[in-house]
Amino acid sequence: MSTSDAAASKPNAPGPHWPAGLSVAVLGPVIALVLACAFFATQSDHFLSGANFSLILQQVAVVGVIAIGQTLVILTGGIDLSCGMLMALGGIVMTRFATVNGMPPVLAVLCGVGVTTLFGLVNGLLVTRIRLPSFIVTLGTMNIAFAATQLYSGAQTVTDLPPMMTALGDTFGIGSTQFAWGTMVMLALYAIAWFMLRETAAGRHVYAVGNNPEATRLVGIATQRVLLIVYVVAGALYGVASLLSVARTGVGDPNAGQTDNLDAITAVVLGGTSLFGGRGVVIGSLVGALVVGVFRNGLTLMGVSSIYQVLVTGVLVILAVTADQLSRRGAR
Amino acid sequence: MLKLASSLLAATVLATASPFAMSADQPVIGLITKTDTNPFFVKMKEGASQMAKERGARLVTAAGKQDGDNAAQVTAIENMMTAGAKTILITANDSKAIVPAIQKARAKGVMVIALDSPTDPQDATDALFATDNYKAGILIGEYAKAALGGKPAKIVTLDLFPGHPVGAQRHNGFMKGFGLAAPDAKVNELGKSAEIVCSADSYGDQAKAQTAMENCLQKNPDVNLVYTINEPAAAGAYTALKRAGKDKGVTIVSVDGGCAGIRNVKAGVISATSQQYPLKMAALGVAAGVDYANKGSKVSGYTDTGVTLIADKAMPGVESKDSKVGEQLCWGK
Repeated sequence: MSTSDAAASKPNAPGPHWPAGLSVAVLGPVIALVLACAFFATQSDHFLSGANFSLILQQVAVVGVIAIGQTLVILTGGIDLSCGMLMALGGIVMTRFATVNGMPPVLAVLCGVGVTTLFGLVNGLLVTRIRLPSFIVTLGTMNIAFAATQLYSGAQTVTDLPPMMTALGDTFGIGSTQFAWGTMVMLALYAIAWFMLRETAAGRHVYAVGNNPEATRLVGIATQRVLLIVYVVAGALYGVASLLSVARTGVGDPNAGQTDNLDAITAVVLGGTSLFGGRGVVIGSLVGALVVGVFRNGLTLMGVSSIYQVLVTGVLVILAVTADQLSRRGAR
Repeated sequence: MLKLASSLLAATVLATASPFAMSADQPVIGLITKTDTNPFFVKMKEGASQMAKERGARLVTAAGKQDGDNAAQVTAIENMMTAGAKTILITANDSKAIVPAIQKARAKGVMVIALDSPTDPQDATDALFATDNYKAGILIGEYAKAALGGKPAKIVTLDLFPGHPVGAQRHNGFMKGFGLAAPDAKVNELGKSAEIVCSADSYGDQAKAQTAMENCLQKNPDVNLVYTINEPAAAGAYTALKRAGKDKGVTIVSVDGGCAGIRNVKAGVISATSQQYPLKMAALGVAAGVDYANKGSKVSGYTDTGVTLIADKAMPGVESKDSKVGEQLCWGK
């Protein structure tokens, strides 16, 4: 995970120039992922198969999509603790609207995404207008969303969903391997986010705000507007994650997402995005989520308690932030 | 915001300060549950308030913020003593960490009864009103043995999390009922056996159980029996099996008896579940508290609040009731 000064500081620089391909920041987690896969391939005959990899992708899809929103927020130097609870709330809203209120599934899903987007807007307004720290704002909205989920659902799981709602959990075959549509949605969202952050002015502004908000404001970029949009987009992404979660489990679960905020932050940090903002590659967050998923899967295949996955995750997080800190110091 | 803050303040004062609304001879009984949200505890509260009304007691309740929240339960014990409670019923979030607070209360003459799960040590409370979780496991183990009908078993166990006595008792009871060599009811570790091809922690959570089941299926695609710690875990296991096209040949057994779980028995998702009775636990607790206040007699020891095997396909030699019976006694919606 060592990085040379020049390579590490380049994605730092605001502006349209950025090294082609995956940057050094994402190389560390990729190496960790490859090593983990190689290790588990020697430990279990069942690990190296298309079906198993497809499965791991399905298992990380919800946290993976949440991690896109989280990456955006962290790139601006913020943090979002509310993401997992917003995901749960969105899921309960869309499933109850579709079943209890008999709303057409598409409309119900839009309402669910609307609610999480609205919460994102509230997060963004509090951060930009009242200038509250994102940590505190999202700590508040996290609790509000959790309570709203429990009260609105009566702590009851919502079942008997219309098939259209769980369609993203269905699979299709490429060769002999079955892929879930939800996985494709996640991959597509990563591709879009990657392109937007890398190739568009709006995307570069996100980096700039995280890097040096004052300088960014002085060159005439509306930093507060960029921040607000980031929180709103993140909220919408959590709504998409709601749908993926509902499709995967086939129910609206009021207890979903309770650890997803930290899981998503873990994925982002493992993926090499700096918690100080301004640097990182969104694809890295997918790699980070996959590292966690691969350990969980591989250890189960080995018959080892999954508590070791938690242990390994902790060690890798420390390694990742250390690498970031050292390269940052070197860049100075 | 101010209004909210002041009403919160008022609520806190009401909950902690001396209860001016009560009459002098009305016994105060405290009920502390793990959380406010789990339907199991909602049912418990229902049983307690019914009995309190019937016997003329005043019930005060509190709960942890989430599973495992010990601090909030300690605070609740202190507040309830201030409110004049002479009996406290508690489902401990942390069976060990809660003990000092309970000892303090008992030293001041408060009778403490553990509901649903024992403290560690069990005699830290005056009495325990709970399901026999080992027996709950035995019942579904026996049922599973009969349902497999002599076929060689390939078992997946989706357990709670390491170190929890209830998780160990159900798991080991299941093994015993199935006829495998199993640790006894006092052992806090999960038994192992060649027939159990995959064990994973589900935390009693549907999504986590689904992930665990998927991973187990990668390892052993020919699983034919799944033991689950509770019914959400069973639902997660079923989703994983269905996605893999294996839901037909696999028997799923579980423990709890919530209404959602009983519906899944009816729908054929869960073959059998051991139903427990939170309403009864709390009702017995309140009745004991009233007796203590009126006559000064404390209860002691363990009271089994009963467990019933619910299955729609009865197996010869295994006593069970169908889902209609289960529905009458279930909790949640």
